[in-house]
Amino acid sequence: MATEEDSAVKEPLDLIRLSLDERIYVKLRSDRELRGKLHAYDQHLNMILGDVEEIVTTVEIDDETYEEIVWTTRRTVPFLFVRGDGVILVSPPLRTA
Amino acid sequence: MLFFSYFKDLVGREVTVELKNDLAIRGTLHSVDQYLNIKLENTRVVDQDKYPHMLSVRNCFIRGSVVRYVQLPPEEVDIELLHDATRREAR
Repeated sequence: MATEEDSAVKEPLDLIRLSLDERIYVKLRSDRELRGKLHAYDQHLNMILGDVEEIVTTVEIDDETYEEIVWTTRRTVPFLFVRGDGVILVSPPLRTA
Repeated sequence: MLFFSYFKDLVGREVTVELKNDLAIRGTLHSVDQYLNIKLENTRVVDQDKYPHMLSVRNCFIRGSVVRYVQLPPEEVDIELLHDATRREAR
């Protein structure tokens, strides 16, 4: 009988609400990715994540061989505010077999 | 307004602001506004050899839109309060 407005999934932001206090994967601009626990977010997709791992992907091109060298840099931050204008997508963490 | 309130509660704490141009500034949070513009005091650039531009700068105003991350102190943060505020806020 009670209108369960709070738990009804009506719009994309509601899908993110389901991931509160869960680990998520965030793809950011500038070839960055984050994996962390979602503690807070708003309509701009500003977020606060806990126990975050940031992965930065860089591609270098060898001057002589012209081969692409892809390498990643990782670091962990215990508690991070992320500004929403850098966010591309938010998802449950991808299962790496 | 959620993060505006959150940052207001953090005034006085040490934070590290990472900008979109990769510059990272550590300092004491002096104030914040609705745009999440930030004023920091007692600032030091994190990688001073790489970014000597601000060696003598001790206080700065940072436009909110140029911030990529703010590294926050993990202690004394009521996570449950954040969760509840988020559920109420996100529309």
